[in-house]
Order: sequence, then C-alpha cells, then structure tokens
Amino acid sequence: MAEEKKTFIKKIRSAGPMRDLMADYFKEMDEAAKTGSAKIAWCTSVGPAELLRAFDFLVYFPENHGAMLGSSRMAADLIPAANAIGYSPDICSYLTSDVGSYLRKNTPLTKAFGMEGVPKPDVLVYNTNQCRDVKEWFGFYEREFNVPAIGIDTMRGIGDITPNHLQGLIGQHKALVPKLEQISGKRFDIDRLKEVVASSYRCTKLWKKVLRIAENKPSPITFFDGTIHMGPAVVLRGDERAERYYEMLLAELEERVQNGVGAVDGETYRFYWEGMPVWGKLREHAEFFAEKKSCVVASTYCNSWIFEDLGHEDPFEGLARAYTELFIVRSENFKEQYLESMVRDYNVNGVIYHDAKTCPNNSNNRYGLPQRLTKSLGVPHVVINGDLNDLRLYSEEQAKTQFEALVEQLHERA
Amino acid sequence: MSGEEQEKASKVPSVRKLFCGVDVGASATKLILLDSERKVRAKVVRPSGVDYAATAKECLDQAAAEVGGSRDIARTVSTGYGRRNVNFADASLTEIHCHGVGCYHHIPRPITIVDIGGQDNKVIRLDASGQRLDFKMNRKCAAGTGAFIEEMALRLGLDVGEMDPLARTTEEAVRLSSFCTVFAKTEILAHLRKGIPVAEIVRGAFMSVIQRVVEMDPLDGEVVLTGGVVEYNPTIADILSKKIGRRVEVPPHPQYTGALGAALVALRQSEKK
Ligand code: SF4
Repeated sequence: MAEEKKTFIKKIRSAGPMRDLMADYFKEMDEAAKTGSAKIAWCTSVGPAELLRAFDFLVYFPENHGAMLGSSRMAADLIPAANAIGYSPDICSYLTSDVGSYLRKNTPLTKAFGMEGVPKPDVLVYNTNQCRDVKEWFGFYEREFNVPAIGIDTMRGIGDITPNHLQGLIGQHKALVPKLEQISGKRFDIDRLKEVVASSYRCTKLWKKVLRIAENKPSPITFFDGTIHMGPAVVLRGDERAERYYEMLLAELEERVQNGVGAVDGETYRFYWEGMPVWGKLREHAEFFAEKKSCVVASTYCNSWIFEDLGHEDPFEGLARAYTELFIVRSENFKEQYLESMVRDYNVNGVIYHDAKTCPNNSNNRYGLPQRLTKSLGVPHVVINGDLNDLRLYSEEQAKTQFEALVEQLHERA
Repeated sequence: MSGEEQEKASKVPSVRKLFCGVDVGASATKLILLDSERKVRAKVVRPSGVDYAATAKECLDQAAAEVGGSRDIARTVSTGYGRRNVNFADASLTEIHCHGVGCYHHIPRPITIVDIGGQDNKVIRLDASGQRLDFKMNRKCAAGTGAFIEEMALRLGLDVGEMDPLARTTEEAVRLSSFCTVFAKTEILAHLRKGIPVAEIVRGAFMSVIQRVVEMDPLDGEVVLTGGVVEYNPTIADILSKKIGRRVEVPPHPQYTGALGAALVALRQSEKK
C-alpha cells in the first residue's frame, strides 16, 4: 500500500483575499520602515495592540514571524544560531528561531512579500500574560536596536479576575500612555482609542462566529484552516479591514453549512486540539486527519484571540480585562472547566494534547489535566510530544501512530 | 498478492486459506501465517534492515516455504512502524491495535499490556471484551526501549543474547539514574572503572528499562508484558513482577504479539466480507 499523493484538504476561497490583505499589511510596514512615514511598534501577540494603533503605530508581531519561520521550516536552520549566543534550545523556539533569523539575516518575509528584512521598531511593547519568554525576546531587540522595551507585567495562573488584579493592570496600561506619546510624537486621544477598541471588539465577535460555526456537523472549517485564517485577527485587530475579511470568510462558511458541505468529506470523528500547532507539519496533519475522515474542529489556540471584554465601556478596563481573561493566563481549574465546555459544545470524540517541548505555557498536559478530563467526560485523549517550531523535538511516526490509534479506538467502539 | 493470485486464493476452500499478519518494527519484522482455525502455521522474524518492503517480502517468502510453498493467503494486514511499506498488505493498522488483539487472544480478560519495543514503549488497556480503553506511548526518547538495551550491550562488549543469562546470575544491580541513553553510557563507564561486575550493570540496565515503564502508567490490574525485549530477556518480566508486587504475564512468543494480532484481524475482516 504505497502512500497516496492525493490531497484531502478542501480549499477555502477566502484564502486568496486573506493573502492579499496580509501582503498589504506587510507592504505598508515595509514602506514605513524604509521611509519613516509611520512609526513602528512591535507587540506581543496578546499585547495591547489597540493602544498602539490609537497612536497610529503600525504594529508588527514577532510571534507571527515566528510562526512563519516554523511553517516555512526555516526554523531548524536558524535556531542553532540563537543557541550559539546563549539562548538555550529549551526556551521558546519562536524566540530562538526569530533571533536566529535576525542573526543570519534570513527571513521568510523575503520570499512571501519581497521584504529585505523585518521592519525596524521604534518601540517594543510586551505583555507577560502569556509567558516570560516574550519579555526576554524583546529584551534582545532592545539591546540590538537600542529602542525602549515597555509593557505590562501580568500575573499568571489567575482564577477569578478580581478588582485587585484589575486595578494594577489598568494602571499599567495607563502608565504606557506618556511613554507612547513621547515615542510617537502624538497626543493621546481617548476617542481614537475607543474607536480602535470598538473595531477590535467587532473583529473578535466575527472571529468567534467563524470558530463557533465549527459546532455544525459536518464542520465547515478545521483547526488547521483556523491557524491560517486567524492571521488578520492577530495582526490587524483594531483595523477595519480585518472586520471586512471575517465577514467574507463567515459568509463562505455559512454557505458551506447551508449546503451541508464539511471541511472534511464524510466527517466521522471530531477532535479538539489543545496546545500549539506543529507549524512545520501543519499541512501533513491536516491531510492526515482529513484522510481519516476526521475533523479537528476546535482548539484552545485559535480561541485565544477572542477578547470579549473589549466590549467594556471604559477602554482601559476593557484592555486590562481582555488581555487577562485569556486561557493562557488562567488557573488549572479554570482551564479544566473551559476545556470541559469546549468538548461538550463542539461535540468532540477525542482530545489531542500537544506537549510542545519549548512552550510549557501552551502545554496543558503536564499537571494531570488530560487524565482528569477523560475521567470526567469519558472522552479519550492522546498526548503527542513535539514542538511549535523545533522539529528536532518532534517524531512524525510516533505522532501519526497515536492519531491513528485514537481513530481506530473510536472506530472499534462505534 | 497480484489480482490473479487473489482470484486463485478466493477459489480455494476457506479452511485451507491462510491469513497473514506482518509487523514491521523499528528493529525486527515479524510475520505470522494463521489458518482459518486460528492455528499458527508459520512464523518468521528478521531484522527490519533498511528496506522494509523487501524485508517484509522475504519474510513472506520464507513463511510460504514453511507451509509447503502455499500462497493461499486470503488476506494480509500489516502493522508496526513500517506498516505502510508492505506492498502486499490489504489493510494496515497501528501496532497499538494489533498488540491488543494479539494479547487478548492469549489472555481474554481485562488487561494492561506493556509492550517494550525496539524503539518505543506502549501501555494499552483492554476491557473484558478486548476493546481498548486507552493507550499511551513513551516520550520520543529511546530510553527504556530495546534500542537502549542494544546500546548498553554494545558499550559492554556483549552480544544482546548474552545479557539475560548474565542478569540472572545476580540479584545486585547498579542504579542507572539517567533518562538519557547517552548519559547512561557514561554512567556505565564510571561503574566499570570502579570494577563493578558486568552482570550487575546488565541487571541495572534492565531495571532502568522497567523504571521508565512504571513512570508511564500506574499499571493497574493484570499486567501483560510483550515485545522483542522480553522475548530475549525474560528476566525483565521478573523484575517488573517484583517492582509492582504482582505476577506479570507473558504470552507465548511475546515478540510476535503484534503480527499475531494483525493476522487475527485479517481473518476477522475476511469473515465479515
Ligand atoms: S507562549 Fe510559548 S510560544 Fe508563545 S512566546 Fe511564550 S514561550 Fe513562546
């Protein structure tokens, strides 16, 4: 039985316009970096992007670049360069591949968008809500570019978000304002911030609809599609073009639902993906599940860019809440309840946990959660060992055997 | 099987038909021919080598010769690491599935199977009807697998076959604390320098394999040990029994459990058709 080359992945039409939108985003940034026509802020993926946009910064996200380094499989050649200057192979492989890319002057942006390099920042703005690594990552560029790294230090492992938490976080957001005024040369305008936050909130609601449409059987979208189509929700939230894009995508997916078209032909089993994608294997994984008539319908990862608290009437409180309510910031109990509801809402038959070696923050299998959830819900799980970007830490055969064995197990019980 | 051969096979009275299970593991390929009465008619093992397809075919040729050149093979199911490379297979299933089926054939009760393979370890739990409840595979590293034992043999200048008799000569064992095969080799050097007898080091290596296994799962209920490592090193089963305080079962020919399971699946699938 030779392996077949036939593709099982179904194309989403909106992918073309999305690529155009991403190209525009990068082109504008490249232009500004070359001509100085606009200031550029680097921001962590769940950092205060709206605040930066309110000062008319063009916002660049190194983690997006990290994901590109992973999916283009350039990471493997670049990570060692960062290791060699003291950034351990055990820390975030987005960080090490991005730093390696900088050191080797080699970026996927060249091939994808004709850019010579990443756009030079005027300021680096982090939020440690997701991890410590982002701060150290920006620390590297602070020294390299001699530009300020400022940000929000969010506490981790939060259960309920209390007024005490909020007070500090609102204060930290407000404390960024004078610094950003100075760097941007613009006066802060609360109405402009409100506008941007409102747009970001509308984008969030649309993105949520896109993800929730996967509750349909068959699901018109897979997790693998989601990881690609989330681009605008990450890098262009607060920009109305992102809203237009999700309206288009949503219409296409609704059309699929109306016509009973699933993302996977003959969808038989539905899975939940907990953890980061293995970027360099995204296509293989998508093919593999589709071939097995299995649809990975939902994930924590894609849902991490839903910021419902942005709807708060006070934009600072909205930002403080939205960037703290996230799964990654929360306690183990919160995570367990969250996953329970996701398994139920999306009617999944099994959960796949990706234990990403270099990102403990997104690896939620490490404190017995899969076992507890399987026990309480009776839904089986597998844990695959791998990594977001460092494919040296991933064993293809072991992962695929586990996926396959899970499908066999469900088949046997059916 | 070619179309012509398949056609021929289907004309033969069903009792004479054979069912083939082939388990292409990371280090060894195992093949079993069953008849429709579930009797093993031939079994073959060979190192998997570098060309999985060719090795599987050689195993088939050898097995066919053992049954008097019969090619009345109604159906073949492949399993194991190289399952997709078996050109003559009609279907393929994971080794997790086939080990379960093969073990349950011998021990039809709720069981927890521990398979120590050439390159990975698995824990598979079956219910009373033989249905799989869940499974686990070890982390990517080869520590605690057959590959680890082979590495240790190499370091100690022993043939793999010499290890088990040596381990039986002593109750003493050195403690190899490292997770990593390479680090464990360094530890061994230190023990050799100190003049520790080789037998104690071999037993220590076996104990470290078991240590990796008990770290994978609580191993509740009746435990069954399978795989090539225990076929050649039965002492490992004794060590595991001691460790968990209960007798661990080993089915006959534990290296062939996956191939047997695959052959049983082939038979079942034929019956369903
Ligand atoms: S959350 Fe994980 S992947 Fe993301 S930046 Fe932090 S360490 Fe890297």
